[in-house]
Amino acid sequence: MDTLLDIQDLHVWYRVYGGYLKVLNGVNFTVNKGERVGLVGEAGCGKTTTMKTILRILPDQVSKIAQGQIWFKGQDILKMSGGALQNVRSRGIAMIFQDPTSALNPVFSVGEQLSDVIRYSLDSRTSRRKKGQTIKQVAMQALKEVSMPDQERIMGTYPIQLSGGMRQRVCISMAITTSRELLIADEPGTSLDVTIQDQILRLLHELVKQHNTSIILITHSLGVAREMTDRIYVMYAGTMVETARASELFANPLHPYTLGLLASVPKLTGGGIARGIPGRLPDYLNPPAGCRFSPRCTRSMPVCELSPPPFFDVGNEHKVGCYLFQGNGHE
Amino acid sequence: MPTVNQDQKIQSSTPNNQYRKPSTRVILAENLRKFWYKFSRNKLSVIGLVVVLLVILAAILAPWVTPYPQHASAYVDFDNASQAPSSRFLMGTDIFGRDILTRIVFAFQGALWMAFLVLIISVPIGVLLGLIAGYYKNTWIDTLIMRITDIFLAIPPLILALAIASVLTPNLTNAMIAVTVMWWPWYTRLVYGMASSLRNEYFVIAAELTGASKAHILFREILPNCLSPVFTKMALDVGWVILIGASLSFVGLGEQPPTPALGQMVSDGARYMPDLWWYTVFPALAIIVVILGFNLTGDGLRDMLEQR
Amino acid sequence: MNDILQIKNLKKYFIVGKKKEGPIYLRAVDNVNLEIREVETFGLVGESGSGKSTIAYTVMGMYKPTAGEMLFKGENIAMDISKRPHHLKKELQIVFQDPGSSLNPRRSIRQILELPLRLHNVVPANQIEDKIVELLEKVELPPDYMYKSTPSIGGGEKQMVAIARALAASPSFIVLDEPTSALDVSVQAKIINKLLDLQQELNLTYLFITHDLSLMRNMASRVAIMYLGRICELATAKEFFEEPLHPYTRMLLSSIPTVSVEEDLMKPKKVISTGEIPSPVDIPPGCSFHSRCPEKESRCLKDDPEMVEVKPGHWVRCHQFAYQLSAGEQPVPSLEMR
Repeated sequence: MDTLLDIQDLHVWYRVYGGYLKVLNGVNFTVNKGERVGLVGEAGCGKTTTMKTILRILPDQVSKIAQGQIWFKGQDILKMSGGALQNVRSRGIAMIFQDPTSALNPVFSVGEQLSDVIRYSLDSRTSRRKKGQTIKQVAMQALKEVSMPDQERIMGTYPIQLSGGMRQRVCISMAITTSRELLIADEPGTSLDVTIQDQILRLLHELVKQHNTSIILITHSLGVAREMTDRIYVMYAGTMVETARASELFANPLHPYTLGLLASVPKLTGGGIARGIPGRLPDYLNPPAGCRFSPRCTRSMPVCELSPPPFFDVGNEHKVGCYLFQGNGHE
Repeated sequence: MPTVNQDQKIQSSTPNNQYRKPSTRVILAENLRKFWYKFSRNKLSVIGLVVVLLVILAAILAPWVTPYPQHASAYVDFDNASQAPSSRFLMGTDIFGRDILTRIVFAFQGALWMAFLVLIISVPIGVLLGLIAGYYKNTWIDTLIMRITDIFLAIPPLILALAIASVLTPNLTNAMIAVTVMWWPWYTRLVYGMASSLRNEYFVIAAELTGASKAHILFREILPNCLSPVFTKMALDVGWVILIGASLSFVGLGEQPPTPALGQMVSDGARYMPDLWWYTVFPALAIIVVILGFNLTGDGLRDMLEQR
Repeated sequence: MNDILQIKNLKKYFIVGKKKEGPIYLRAVDNVNLEIREVETFGLVGESGSGKSTIAYTVMGMYKPTAGEMLFKGENIAMDISKRPHHLKKELQIVFQDPGSSLNPRRSIRQILELPLRLHNVVPANQIEDKIVELLEKVELPPDYMYKSTPSIGGGEKQMVAIARALAASPSFIVLDEPTSALDVSVQAKIINKLLDLQQELNLTYLFITHDLSLMRNMASRVAIMYLGRICELATAKEFFEEPLHPYTRMLLSSIPTVSVEEDLMKPKKVISTGEIPSPVDIPPGCSFHSRCPEKESRCLKDDPEMVEVKPGHWVRCHQFAYQLSAGEQPVPSLEMR
């Protein structure tokens, strides 16, 4: 397995009234070539912050990358400057945002926006542009790949004229106009109906297979992660708490937070749902010194409050960030 | 008579009222601190605020902080007339021998007082009309109010003020009436836009569904959400009112001599340019500085709002 | 068990434009019949544009019905809020989807909860503060929250405040319009369980609306699924999920993401939905679902199917099931009143 992206010990802070919000607290995250990785977490856990850090699109004034490295194809993105960074953004990694409506500029037509993306990422090596193909042709081909009907007409329409599902497809087509190695999809289809979301997720699956692109799928839905990814990371309060292959994670969930989440998901089989997880997210201004989940954890031990637990390997590519699994897989 | 139609099993876990209302002073102090943190990010706004505060303080304490308070009324001293700025008269004297610095500070009194009165009257009227028109959008009430507002807005403010002020006797009160009459429509329009979109917010609908009166909805649900832009506009408007007041007094339609007024001082001094340059330049600079101060403060307020 | 709410032939059309031939109607709710029994949770499921929220809003009085009857405890409520008597504004309450916009950000929680208490004289003025504390405790919020305003608290807590507000006037019927759609799964779990507890404790009837079928399974006793303003299928929760009949129901059930093998086995075979959801302005003739239906026949393009009671309590609107009736039996044209 070839490693494509490797985030190591990432700490990201935001400056606010009263100090720093220490949001990311040592994030470790890897994506291999051709792999679909799911990132599951609830609101405020830091998933979007992590993704924005990869592309270095955090708000300048208030954010601070306190520590860590992000290795992409042998280079540390956090140390890149100007040209190299631009290279990564236009040809290496693309992000598909959560809300297609605000990701598209309402005053430009779809064709104009697609053409802009293509134009700014032109390179004879990596672009899909074959000799003699115009920008327009590349754009139409991208639209075709996302199963947009009637591409010629769509090129001239404005985002507001399209339905939510179609806008999302336009966003995806913008991301695949050049061959990318990594796609980051932030909750794709969350704001759409479930049947349309299903279509979008299948589409991403197809594209990833065809072009051997890797994809990071961010979602708060465990069900979506289960069906659409090969490997999953569970994130809580700025740390990865568990990671495993998708089938393994659901067959054998270990971290108390993962267990709590799974119990809280309503099941189609009925039978009621758990009462949720007591407590709330930690205050990022003054986070706990040890495991950030321990204040809410029913099985917390004294050692949990001393320092954050490292990832313990329990075999089968399954790792858990919890002291219960210290000593290589046994409690 | 309490009407409870269900058998409610109540178990209070705090029988001794263990919660405490945080004291108003603590809340106020905390809010001021947060306000200052956000406001002070912009250095220019802080400068503006400092200027504004200095001007206001000077105007209030005029009789005690100015070197020659008696010069602010009828006073002549031809021995010291038309003096250039010196250590005795920091901004020089006019042709009657009166200290220009003192007169400027006293003129601030009139200017600020006028701005205060104009706004205190026109803003509530404008806001009220805007609230009502916005809530009743697309009914005859809306049409009536907004078309009248449109008519007033179509007339250039200064011209209307001049027209009114020249029909009435020229004095400060009438100048204020003139300016007040054409000031409220701007607030109506500002609040109309906000009220008409807030009207469809779910929290307003929730209040309606539970049977709240129209007065409650207008003043307790919608109005509090309209206030921030109104306050910002008021801060910026002080500058405008002062400018218009100066324009009116420049043509003699404001405070009458011997009471000092900024525009009037500029106009008096104009005919002695360039020899007695201080006679015009300092009052003009004073106008600029005051307006700039309020504008910078207002800009700072607006930036704070947009950040949220 | 009495019916607390009866809806007959309800129509709500919006005028969205004009053509030469006449106004263009958006048929948000098109001839809906249903009854809700006391102290049950009735679930309404559907995608966007299905009309489920419109029904809820019409029941609450936010819209005036275009046609049809609505009876609440036998009393006619087919009118908008401005014409309703005051006691109805107490009996029927609603919790909206987005707590950020359903609670006034410039009012303290105390003020928000005080309004219904005052308007309906739930307790005398000097007991209002105690009552507010009681309400907050009921939704597991600390009493000193009453001095806070909503922007400073989290989404789940805001929704709890919205629920406390709904409870304040001691209602008998609460509409819950996607109350947890904007919230995380662990927060949702807490709120759903609280709602179920409160229902037991206070004998409340719920009209529960959501697009999340798994959630519906755990909430509702009876479920109706809507498509373009019509009910396609109505049944008890057990039958709805274990023996779904309408192709649309089966399509939706097959596309939801599930987290366990048991659930996978429950789902109907995967039906790939093609195409987009048609807009309620432009409903095709015949069965409104035919453009996306994998099981359509020729008659589906011409005739509009009627609602048929295939099994006791299980109704379907689909041509396939019109054949289920034995010879001589009259198809039931609309939901029969019990």
